[in-house]
Amino acid sequence: MAFVIAMINGINLGSIYALIALGYTMVYGIAKMLNFAHGDVIMAGALSVVVLVQQFHVHPALSIFISVIFCVALGVLTEKIAYKPLRNSSSLSVLITAIGVSYLMQNLAQILFGSSLRSFPKVFRWPSVILGSVEFKMDRVITIVVTFILMFFVLWFVYRTKIGLAMRAVAQDREAAMLMGVPIDRIISITFAIGAALAAVAGFFYGVAYGFVGPYSGSMPGIKAFTAAVFGGIGSIPGAILGGFLLGLAESMVKTFISSELSDAIVFGLLIVVLLIKPTGLLGKEIRDKV
Amino acid sequence: MRFVKKGAFFAMMLLVAMVLSACNQPTPAATNVEAKKDVVLKIGGSGPLTGAAASYGTSVKQGAQVAVDEINANGGVQGMKLELLFEDDAADPALAVSAYARLVDKGMHVSMGTTTSGAGMAMTEEVKKDGFLMVTPSASQKEITRFDNCFRVCFTDPDQGTYAADFIADNGVAKKVAVLYDKSSDYSTGIRDSFVKQAAERGLEVVSEQAFTSQSNTDFAVQIQAIANSGAELVFLPIYYQEAAMILKQGSTLDVTFFGVDGMDGVITQLGAEYADLAEGVMLLTPFAADSTDEKTVHFVKLYQTAYQSTPDQFAADAYDAVYTIAAAVKASGVQSTDEKDFNTKLVAAMTEITVEGVTGTMTWSKEGEPAKSATAVVIENGKYVAYKK
Repeated sequence: MAFVIAMINGINLGSIYALIALGYTMVYGIAKMLNFAHGDVIMAGALSVVVLVQQFHVHPALSIFISVIFCVALGVLTEKIAYKPLRNSSSLSVLITAIGVSYLMQNLAQILFGSSLRSFPKVFRWPSVILGSVEFKMDRVITIVVTFILMFFVLWFVYRTKIGLAMRAVAQDREAAMLMGVPIDRIISITFAIGAALAAVAGFFYGVAYGFVGPYSGSMPGIKAFTAAVFGGIGSIPGAILGGFLLGLAESMVKTFISSELSDAIVFGLLIVVLLIKPTGLLGKEIRDKV
Repeated sequence: MRFVKKGAFFAMMLLVAMVLSACNQPTPAATNVEAKKDVVLKIGGSGPLTGAAASYGTSVKQGAQVAVDEINANGGVQGMKLELLFEDDAADPALAVSAYARLVDKGMHVSMGTTTSGAGMAMTEEVKKDGFLMVTPSASQKEITRFDNCFRVCFTDPDQGTYAADFIADNGVAKKVAVLYDKSSDYSTGIRDSFVKQAAERGLEVVSEQAFTSQSNTDFAVQIQAIANSGAELVFLPIYYQEAAMILKQGSTLDVTFFGVDGMDGVITQLGAEYADLAEGVMLLTPFAADSTDEKTVHFVKLYQTAYQSTPDQFAADAYDAVYTIAAAVKASGVQSTDEKDFNTKLVAAMTEITVEGVTGTMTWSKEGEPAKSATAVVIENGKYVAYKK
């Protein structure tokens, strides 16, 4: 029974990680940058739900859609204002800028909403389903189902649509794609938009699962999801999904069966081992830099 | 007629003279007050006014301000007016040291230390060097008062664990207990250690011990499941209210009594109106309950509410008592001015002689800087703290 519960918790956690990791990996693959402010978009998404429901009395189900729109706007704006002017600068400048944006978002949230954690509104009021001796909490089930739907959507979008084709082209060779008439700027904006929308959904489920969100709530899941993306092979979309679920499961299993205090140390240790054996991550492709 | 006029003139002169003298009469007294007004006793403290623990620092600052204003309204101490200097330290050790330096620059005479323990350790080294009397309202870690000139108003962390185990055993609250604590916090582990020790001595069975760290303080599913499996009747939570609120939310299906210590104070607000019912039946060990009918408490709560439109918590009460303790020490030492030689030495010497009847109980101090006072536990009922009845 403990094993089943740990599985459910792990998949739930993995869903959240995978949603965030998708944003990291897509942005990395297409814009060739590590967007460290991505974790804070989760926070922005979750906090906006809290504010919408508590201050403006929006229905929780509606608030998630407004939150997604808000985060998409936030993600695209950040890209336009902070990252686009640096597109041809060294990757280090972009990385530092992303860290700066991350701090800016955290501190803005702190000024606007205060530093304390805020109680996340009640969203799912349905009772748990009990099968045998295992309790399936409804919010967990919904998180997992919605995550799977979104993932299939992303995969379909990237591999079956024209824009997806353009995204893959930009990822493969930006200059060549540009010469073929792919609108680079728009494609990068769309990538940021998808990443931010997924992060908003992840933020919503994060709030549902843990009950509280504050200005710094995004940083830890952000780091974990980044780890998941590296674990799966950064730049690879199936890799981010796999990495997210594996990380969530590993964390939950280690917590349940080994030690709740050492879980992070063990999980990150595992990551180091994987990267030693396969430096590009589980599904990452080795790309030689062309000189 | 002329005579009458003259009389009126004289009468008027007399009246003017009287009015003038009436104005003049308090002059010597007024100059006296004026002279004493220059002698301001500056009490300096720091605490988190920003960051995750901001509620504690804000409460301490406000509670101390209420006491300072009240004492000043009643004529000050030994003819000296009090002034509160309060700096933000974000509960960070390095920031607490720089906050302390700023307070010294502003001419602090007596220190209130820090609000939180973690931030206070390095800062107390400085206090030791400078020789200030320090009375911290709420830094409960044992080592905070390791120097002769450092005192505190609240219980130490280990004391809280011991008192909690005693209370549970004395009142038969539960037999099988679980502990869920923050392994990365000195505060939490300190209370947990003494609780487990005292629980064993008092015949309480600790059936499950679960921990988390500041890096993993959002997901408690595993720990809650383990507690559910252990058959515990009570979960002891020696942690702060943010995590406690999360545990109450995530463990809402657990059929146990949650028992906290001073860090649990504030959990009702943290849960928010929609979830406030989760706090029902939660118990916490506290020397201060805002709804007590005790005369001093009622008085303090009223003053605090008038000033800040909110109900004081334990941190505010500790700070209020800290200021009164400093005032009592000043009075007992007999110092007349802050410029006096050995000003702080005299105050420190007076600390072990005074008895303060505060809102957190009647306290005396040992040489080690620890207060002696009694602990009680309250239960949350309809969103309010009420005394626990068997």
